[in-house]
Amino acid sequence: MNLATFWFILIAILWTGYFVLEGFDFGVGILLPFLGRDDTDRRVMINAIGPVWDGNEVWLITAGGATFAAFPLWYASLFSGFYLALLLILVALIFRGVSFEFRGKVDSARWRRNWDRAIFAGSALPALLWGVAFANIVRGVPLNAAGVFTGNLLTLLNPYGLLGGLATLSLFTLHGAIFLALKTGGDIRDRARRLAAGVALAAVPLAAAFLAISQVGHGRPATDVTATLAAGALLGAVAAAVRGREGWAFAGTAVTLVLTVATLFGDLWPDVLPSTTAAANSLTVSNASSGHYTLVVMTVVALIFTPVVLLYQGWTYWVFRKRLTRSDILARAGRPGWAGPAAPPGAGPPGAGPRPIPGQP
Amino acid sequence: MSALDLSRWQFGITTVYHFIFVPLTIGLSVLVACMQTAWLFKKDPAYLRMTKFFGKLFLINFAVGVVTGIVLEFQFGMNWSAYSRFVGDVFGAPLAMEGLLAFFMESTFLGLWIFGWDKLSPRLHLATIWLAAIGSNLSAFFILAANSWMQHPVGYRINPVTHRAQLTSIVALLTNSTVLAAWPHVIFASFLIAGAFVIAASAWHLARGSDTDLFRRVMRIGLAVALAAGIATAVTGDVQARLMDSQQPMKMAAAEALYNTSNSASFSLFTIGTLNGSQELWSVRVPYLLSLIATLNPHGTVQGINDVERAYVRKYGPGSYKPIVPVTYWSFRLMIGFGLLASLLALAGLWLTRRRRIPRARWFYRVAIWGVVLPYLATTMGWIFTEMGRQPWTVFGVLRTSQSVSPGVSAGEVIASMTVFTLLYAALAALAGWLMIHHVRDGAPEEPATAGTDAPLPVFTY
Repeated sequence: MNLATFWFILIAILWTGYFVLEGFDFGVGILLPFLGRDDTDRRVMINAIGPVWDGNEVWLITAGGATFAAFPLWYASLFSGFYLALLLILVALIFRGVSFEFRGKVDSARWRRNWDRAIFAGSALPALLWGVAFANIVRGVPLNAAGVFTGNLLTLLNPYGLLGGLATLSLFTLHGAIFLALKTGGDIRDRARRLAAGVALAAVPLAAAFLAISQVGHGRPATDVTATLAAGALLGAVAAAVRGREGWAFAGTAVTLVLTVATLFGDLWPDVLPSTTAAANSLTVSNASSGHYTLVVMTVVALIFTPVVLLYQGWTYWVFRKRLTRSDILARAGRPGWAGPAAPPGAGPPGAGPRPIPGQP
Repeated sequence: MSALDLSRWQFGITTVYHFIFVPLTIGLSVLVACMQTAWLFKKDPAYLRMTKFFGKLFLINFAVGVVTGIVLEFQFGMNWSAYSRFVGDVFGAPLAMEGLLAFFMESTFLGLWIFGWDKLSPRLHLATIWLAAIGSNLSAFFILAANSWMQHPVGYRINPVTHRAQLTSIVALLTNSTVLAAWPHVIFASFLIAGAFVIAASAWHLARGSDTDLFRRVMRIGLAVALAAGIATAVTGDVQARLMDSQQPMKMAAAEALYNTSNSASFSLFTIGTLNGSQELWSVRVPYLLSLIATLNPHGTVQGINDVERAYVRKYGPGSYKPIVPVTYWSFRLMIGFGLLASLLALAGLWLTRRRRIPRARWFYRVAIWGVVLPYLATTMGWIFTEMGRQPWTVFGVLRTSQSVSPGVSAGEVIASMTVFTLLYAALAALAGWLMIHHVRDGAPEEPATAGTDAPLPVFTY
């Protein structure tokens, strides 16, 4: 295996890390209006991903940086070609990122409701668009001889691209529902588990259809295996979720995402961005990569530091392994000096119970 | 306007905006870590209150810094794909390293710090804020290494087959004299901003006589940090000036609007008239200063714009190699001027608050509060100077800005993105500023008496 292929795999791993990790926090954001019946519910949900969402997003930044360093031509054609799609993703991520930090800073139901909407939209839009983007990378896009994208936003919104988008949207939502069932306690946990079963009704056929069409159009024997295993892991995840085995269910959706990314990258190789205009214009692992020296340097850096990152991020998940419940949130609100919204006048003593949100049962 | 001009405006807007939030993250992360360290070792609850008060403000600021940073990384590919193709082999390496070595550390440990107050032992919890602070300072190093390569490209060659830049020495790239000077300059400027921010927040409370014991101490910390950082910024800036004179003589000449090579060059503090070298109506000049800055010798030779231009035409072929002189001239002066004013403010503040004094004069507090904008203006001017002064190049002497823009991206697309970013950023700035003022006003509440013993600590959770 040459170094360029090694980096192709490493970039696949970075995207896998991004989808597995940010996948569930996108899912939690998408489920916020459906699963959160009141502000306390929603705070349980947000705090379940609170310590980790930002670290999860760095997987995207590192995947972008690694693509820039190892495959400059891929990075250049992809990012300039998918201009408006990436603009939408960036705007969504901006809204989402500040929402988490800002929503608890002012004690007003309207303020928090608006930020909750931003979290929902900021999670749903990228969850959809990353699928659209990756489906189109596998499918190929119109590239001229200089490797410049000659289509527009509508080029990307073809049926296969949209199916890819719906597949990631539903998979991330399912992944998030199972994450919440795993990480919360009490009523939210039960509702998250039931909701997961409902989401699975959409996620299973969408993901299966997307994988099947990918394999018919672009598959090879090795990825037929990973695609089949991905579908199997998804069914296993749903079965485990229904039986209340949340740890297994979460492992199942995580493995589904790992194998789905492996399938897509496996279908793509040795291309990195196929051209639908002329096969000769396709960007490949060998014609889009950096020089040998850069790849050697980056390999040394990656081999030393990726395990370190995995170690401390893994430790973070260990530190916050405890299930979060409504009483954790309410107990905190009762403590002096707490940074979140104080109990409003007339709402009773701290810890007395959740405040009903106007307009909701 | 063409896609090129629009892309330049967008890059300028998004970068300047991002760098409003970055320096406070860099400086304040370390100050908060120091406050928490002081609390842990001295057991003085005042330090815990400071840690939480500024910790909260730090997090509001950090959130905006993070989300606007992703835009910058994506923008190289989105708007400057020709640049990315040409330099990715070299420029991508420090960017990828920033993610893997610095930003992962910063984000992960900050998450642990925010949510770990009652989950980690006090020492381990203290370690998380230090690791986050180290991450953000390290992150600045890699980004500046990438930028310094654009100012002074080293450790690369042009591949004769692909006609693209190719890395030949990562050590040369990371020990580029330009980054070794730029990094401390940016770090110290960030501490100047953090100091000014601490001064302004404490001045607000001192002016109202609220919590004076705490905020007098806080203000002294801010004043000392700002003064020390101000001096260090000036010293490192001075080192940079001489590097710039040897590496980018055009930028040095354009900084002074010096058209003809001069020995014993003076430095003009202020000029009225056009800066095109033809006429100068009136100016205030300090004799020998420019020669001194550029060469450490009052009679040293400073090359003029016209002479450098002739040399560049011989070297790089016909064309114009002048940056927009009024922009470089004024941004250079204003950077120095605003930075000096911020440092002087700190010096005056230290004098006025000596020996437990609390100044009575209203003007002092008004100046101390509004003074926070001075170092922000200085860093903004500094970036405008160094980036505009490099024009017409993106990579000095190697790649021109006009050759860097994305060929497939239309002006309409850039107008769309620029409009969205500008409006969104304006709204975010207003919100973040409003939230910060809101939290400064809330003050630093007393900690429960049991804090630090067995009672679980209040946290910053969402």
